[in-house]
Amino acid sequence: MVSGIVSYGVYIPRFRIRVDEIARVWGDGADISEGLRVFEKSVPDLDEDAVTIAVEAARNALARGNVDPRRIGAIYVGSESHPYAVKPTGTIVGQAVCTSASYTTADFEFACKAGTAAIQACLGLVGSNNIDIGLAIGADVSQGAPGDMLEYTAAAGGAAYLIGRENLAAEIENFYSFTTDTPDFWRREGMPYPEHGGRFTGEPAYFKHVSSAARGLMERMGTKPDDYDYAVFHQPNGKFPVRVAKMLGFSKKQIEPGLVVPMIGNTYSGSCLIGLAATLDIAKPGDRIFVTSFGSGAGSDAFSIRVLDGIEEIRCGAPSVRDYIGSAQYLDYAMYAKHKGKLRI
Amino acid sequence: MRSVSIIGVGCTKFGERWDVSLRDMIAEAGVMAIEDAEITGEQIDALYVGNMSGGRFIEQEHIGALIADCAGLSRLHVPSTRVEAACASGGLALRQAVLAVASGYSDIVIAAGVEKMTDVSSGTAADALASAADREWECFFGATFPALYAMMAKLHMRRYGTTHDQMAQVAVKNHHHACFNPIAQYHMEVSIEDVNRSPLVADPLHVLDCSPISDGAAAVVLAPTEMARRFADTPIKIVGSGQASDTLALHDRRDLTTLDATVHAGRAAFAQAGIEPRQVDVAEVHDCFTIAEILAIEDLGFVEKGQGGKATEEGFTALGSSLPINTSGGLKACGHPVGATGIKQAYEIALQLRGEAGRRQVEEAEVGLAHNVGGSGGTALVHIFTR
Amino acid sequence: MTTQAPRFWRSIPQRYNLQGTHCTSCNEYFFPPRNLCPNCRRDAHLEEYAFKGTGTIVTYTTIYNATEDFEMLTPYNLAIIQLDEGPRVTGQIVSSPGEIKIGMRVRPVFRILGKEGDRGIIYYGTKFAPILEPSCAKE
Repeated sequence: MVSGIVSYGVYIPRFRIRVDEIARVWGDGADISEGLRVFEKSVPDLDEDAVTIAVEAARNALARGNVDPRRIGAIYVGSESHPYAVKPTGTIVGQAVCTSASYTTADFEFACKAGTAAIQACLGLVGSNNIDIGLAIGADVSQGAPGDMLEYTAAAGGAAYLIGRENLAAEIENFYSFTTDTPDFWRREGMPYPEHGGRFTGEPAYFKHVSSAARGLMERMGTKPDDYDYAVFHQPNGKFPVRVAKMLGFSKKQIEPGLVVPMIGNTYSGSCLIGLAATLDIAKPGDRIFVTSFGSGAGSDAFSIRVLDGIEEIRCGAPSVRDYIGSAQYLDYAMYAKHKGKLRI
Repeated sequence: MRSVSIIGVGCTKFGERWDVSLRDMIAEAGVMAIEDAEITGEQIDALYVGNMSGGRFIEQEHIGALIADCAGLSRLHVPSTRVEAACASGGLALRQAVLAVASGYSDIVIAAGVEKMTDVSSGTAADALASAADREWECFFGATFPALYAMMAKLHMRRYGTTHDQMAQVAVKNHHHACFNPIAQYHMEVSIEDVNRSPLVADPLHVLDCSPISDGAAAVVLAPTEMARRFADTPIKIVGSGQASDTLALHDRRDLTTLDATVHAGRAAFAQAGIEPRQVDVAEVHDCFTIAEILAIEDLGFVEKGQGGKATEEGFTALGSSLPINTSGGLKACGHPVGATGIKQAYEIALQLRGEAGRRQVEEAEVGLAHNVGGSGGTALVHIFTR
Repeated sequence: MTTQAPRFWRSIPQRYNLQGTHCTSCNEYFFPPRNLCPNCRRDAHLEEYAFKGTGTIVTYTTIYNATEDFEMLTPYNLAIIQLDEGPRVTGQIVSSPGEIKIGMRVRPVFRILGKEGDRGIIYYGTKFAPILEPSCAKE
């Protein structure tokens, strides 16, 4: 049975801070942005959090596809910045998008790949005919400790996908996951900022899992990079996705539309999903998209997606990723610190 | 219905009164009024006291019983009623007292007002004042009390060309008047530049556009006019009393640049008195913010709608002109202990009509008016007085 | 700590989704919902109605001095908005002060309205923002 994406929506807050401005405060030199290939990142407003971002993305998805929210049978929100440790983001999203009460929900966490895990769960419920439509969301207002390298890239944003069986804009042909217990990046309960293993986050974590999942999917499907028009990889900075694409045999041209991290930073659970949305914004019926996410801890989910005719009908129903990237308002470090709650009162 | 007169008045100094409590102030004002009326405790038939928020400011409710107790009247078991209508609590207490005497139910009645606002932080005080607005649908969404009047001001400026300098002139005038009022909170002049330079509270209102947090109490003694000459040389007749309500939230009003409650209360009072606005010689109006005085003189019919700013700028409402407004200094410069204001207004008008207003005397004042508003206009009281 | 959960839970449909009432007898729309239509009172036929949330700014201000709960947000913008269906609401505009004008069109956005301290409930609800048209809709 064919399942896939009925509609999608994104939300990126309007505030930005330039990487150079952060470097100025910590005395890190002007070449940081080139080194990371990230120039600015998104910053949430004082009254935004992972929940509000999830709701805005979900409302955009429903509007774009003109979908009746009462058809939603499951909601899974993946984030590493759920505002409550106990009380699910999913119920607030459900209430805010006007679902019926007949749905299931529970919150997901798997660092930056919680959103793609949510899509997999929805595919399961949809594919087994247990629900009509599933709502999968990846949304974050991620934190980097002041002065730490992660502060340059930890950003805010989210994307929502409506997964179903009918009126598809894109089919999810297949998926494959690769997961191991690898402590490359984590945050202990109650701690405000995450820790990471420095260079350990590269080869044994990101590159191993992304390439294993990608190769695993292509082997299962008998496909190769040339069979795809576009590819989207998890984007912790502007260099890793370019390098892993090259390692796997994908070209720069294939990953270009989905490479948003230079302008908005790493939106963690939203990262891959916003990159995929940026690609869907311009993809044509018949195009094929290869997606591989990465979550520290660690694991990767790879998807093979075929765009259908339905994409044209939903194209203009909601703002595109470029629309959100374009409406930017710049902050200095002091205002940024206030917005991110780094000032203790 | 009998005619009602004021036979005695009293008022404490308004300001930040760290050294006195609510009980101290109400006793002081009450005794002043009783002595002024030359009555005894046994002659008092009832007490009405305006107090907006004893609960939030001093964690005390049951203010009616408290007042009777402070006044030493508990052993006489005098009926005592606390009245609340946000910033119009005093004016409403006056009206309740008027109705009690006019109906024949009571003879000598005291109408008082008191508020003790400085025992809490200014943040708590601001939040208590915000409960005069719609807590669920205005405050919860981020509205502050000044913000509501600021929005009225912005629309008034847009629609009628009112300028902020014209609004600032209200503060200049009222501060000037207050310099001649011994009980006023402020005895300092301000200029339009001072107002413009003071910090913004809610655009376009600056700090000096806003009335202050104050402590204070006032009391008046009422009697049927037929009895009044027994007690007072110059009883002051209350010839009109009007009260009106309107929606609680500003956004639900018919017109955001008019307080319909003021219009209706005013009309009722003028009709009852058989008097027209142009016959008024002196008036105390509700200037919780400078824009509020401009709206008031329009809504009471003293000037045409939209002309309030211009009239103020041209000095139409200053001492020495044809209709001095807020000779006490108004809420702005005399101070605004919320529950006391409506009674202080009656105190000021009584002094004016008696010829006892000293250096702020309006020459040959025969007809006076007091105007008291609750919240952003959910309640309005208008009283008209003659000699 | 004490929580006011029931009071705020009751008005979730209003805060999240602008749920109000519509009187089919006189065709007037009300937000927040009313128990009695002020025109028809007991002769009213009231039904639930969810407002689209789009509207026009009637007047506004920028707040520099706020109550404790809102101090972190200052300066912030507050407006009275006339919803397209008729009733007016008071709400924050998430926009720079310079961008706001009387007559501007706005749409609803989902934001945090407040919190019961660090340990209590987070109140979510509706604020307003200038309308954001998808760029491809212009083509």
